[in-house]
Amino acid sequence: MIDLWFVIIAFLWTGYFVLEGFDFGVGLLAPLVSRSSAEQRQSLQTIGPVWDGNEVWLITAVGAMFAAFPAWYAGLFSAFYLQVTLILVGLIVRGVGLEWRGKVDDPRWCDLGIMVGSGLPAFLWGAVFADLLFDSAPAAVLGGMFTLAVCALHGAVFLALKTTGPVRRRARATVLAAGAVVIPVAVFALSNLGTLPALAAMAALAAATALIWRRREGWAFGATAAAIVLTTLAVFMELRQQPLPGLTLAEAASGAYTLTMLSWIGLIALPFVLVYQGWTYWVFRKRVQVAPI
Amino acid sequence: MDALDLARWQFGVTTVYHFLFVPLTIGLGIFVAGLQTAWHRTGKEHYLKLTKFFGKLFLINFAMGVVTGIVQEFQFGMNWSEYSIFVGDVFGAPLAMEALLAFFMESTFLGLWIFGWDKLPKKVHLACIWAAAIGSNLSAYFILAANAWMKHPVGYEVVDGKARMTDLWAVLTNSTALAQVPHVIGAAFVVAGGFVLAVSGYWLLKTRAEMWRSAARAALVMTAIAGAVVAGTGDMSAKLMYEQQPMKLASAEGLERDTAGAAFSIAPGIEIPNVLSFLATNDFNATVQGTEDLQRRFEQQFGPGDYRPDQTIVFWSFRVMIVFGLATVGLSVLGLWLTRRKRGFPRWLSRAFLLALPLPSAAVIAGWLLSEIGRQPWTVAGELLTASSVSPGVTLAEVATSLTIFTALYGVLAVAEAVLLTRHVRKGVEEPEPVTEKTERLEPSLMY
Repeated sequence: MIDLWFVIIAFLWTGYFVLEGFDFGVGLLAPLVSRSSAEQRQSLQTIGPVWDGNEVWLITAVGAMFAAFPAWYAGLFSAFYLQVTLILVGLIVRGVGLEWRGKVDDPRWCDLGIMVGSGLPAFLWGAVFADLLFDSAPAAVLGGMFTLAVCALHGAVFLALKTTGPVRRRARATVLAAGAVVIPVAVFALSNLGTLPALAAMAALAAATALIWRRREGWAFGATAAAIVLTTLAVFMELRQQPLPGLTLAEAASGAYTLTMLSWIGLIALPFVLVYQGWTYWVFRKRVQVAPI
Repeated sequence: MDALDLARWQFGVTTVYHFLFVPLTIGLGIFVAGLQTAWHRTGKEHYLKLTKFFGKLFLINFAMGVVTGIVQEFQFGMNWSEYSIFVGDVFGAPLAMEALLAFFMESTFLGLWIFGWDKLPKKVHLACIWAAAIGSNLSAYFILAANAWMKHPVGYEVVDGKARMTDLWAVLTNSTALAQVPHVIGAAFVVAGGFVLAVSGYWLLKTRAEMWRSAARAALVMTAIAGAVVAGTGDMSAKLMYEQQPMKLASAEGLERDTAGAAFSIAPGIEIPNVLSFLATNDFNATVQGTEDLQRRFEQQFGPGDYRPDQTIVFWSFRVMIVFGLATVGLSVLGLWLTRRKRGFPRWLSRAFLLALPLPSAAVIAGWLLSEIGRQPWTVAGELLTASSVSPGVTLAEVATSLTIFTALYGVLAVAEAVLLTRHVRKGVEEPEPVTEKTERLEPSLMY
């Protein structure tokens, strides 16, 4: 039961990083690939209907940690206090930026908030998990750079996949440029983990860049998503023995009764969530155009 | 001043702030869904205009509720790690359920509603706003079940210094929660009704449009009904408080000694004989425990310490809650009476409606101060003291930093939100966009 809940939590974090990863990337790159306010709107509209639902993966992952492994939850967030504070600041300014930008006269403040608020958590999540694994400041910085770069790449691929016209063209160019940065960082960062999923993640990132070169945007998105899945898998494989220094999963876990109850609830609810979230992506499957003015 | 004090301040500031937005999300979501349903049923254009108008205000406010809510979920782990470890087995379950069963539904369907106006069939689109609004209400239930457990822990045992859940059903049907859920959700509808009333009042002072009269009437009905629910469940809560949280009841009434036939204190020195006993038990002569006698008994039970919450705050917040809450509901009943059988809205009444914006929010905040400061010195009544709940490894400087950052950021955002809401209220309803011919068919993005 403890192992099952560890897998569920790893799954929820993976879902979060895959989904919010491209939200962060789009938020970061929107000003770069857009030359007008109409194009900026077009870029952000690719994530408009889905980003809030994607963020709930984080809320659920953290809620599940609280319920299933209270000591892990408490230890992690009190240990990385300032990082988590800044992540929250990022999520706050990004959230209000995205919701308010269509309702203000001059959306430049919102765009700034979206960019900073996407970049901060994209960097800091990597820094937190790298610090957790390697307990060193250089590793944390490297981990942060890695997740920031991967989110940017993932977001650029998503933009290329979901837009038309000049934004799509620039997004593709961004992917190729970003690939040149991401791959060396990835090789450097992931070789520290050295396990099979980590190595496979490197290959997936290289494949994504190549696939954009060949204009296979759907496949490229699959490849960046796979890279994130594999990286998260590699991280959680490491955490399995020791989720926090000096703490084992068994020590951190809630009782069997709670875990059983939560399992039933998850088993019943999660399929519905996956279906209706999947449906959202289906409803908004079309590419986003520049809105005619 | 130590880390504990600042952690408490941070929790107070961020939670009160969060709860300025939440009631409006809970109540206004349903109100907007109701407007859209009315449009759907009658086909009258002014319902569509109102749906879009209040929908926009709803979204501006919704954003704030969401982003300030994220802070709450992390804050337990950051500042209150000892608390989290003690309660996680029990308290975490409703939180996880809230995310899985309520937040996903709320956020996903709201995204579909915002961007789906011309992409979804009309009925499906209408169902989306209902699903989102029901999600908000459901989330309130789960978080209140968790909160109620802190005041009246049930369905658990303590093993190795940690609470272990033994009965999830007992936690989810805690009597304290069952009284508190309709009380808080009812209050949320009063806040939302007051908001609509204030906005409509503003517009009724400028125009005689039928649209605003119908909005105001709907808000009056909503506020009056919700107000009755709040009053009724408030009475239930008082009776439960007598059994479960006698110290809070005594503090709220400034009752120092165990008293048979206790008087209800309106303000210090003004008392109605026997009424407190009646409110607490339905018996005019029942004995109500007093703070000083409770303190003596708690010392015998739990050892030395001060088990009395801040008497001034608890006493006055109780009165602010009742007076401001009743004033709002009174205004709505008065409004219903004066406008019965389609009578017009007198100007002074429209002006008075503006008060319906601040009054219920003040009542709600006072209610939370009563509820949570009245719980002190415990985080989990009888089990865990607030002083033992704080994160041992977190320094004063760290809490000071996060408190400063959140307070400053929240301050800026409050101003921005107020400006934004005011501007959109002033702008008024917009003519619905003419239906344009669908432009060229777009290629789906998933083409390889």
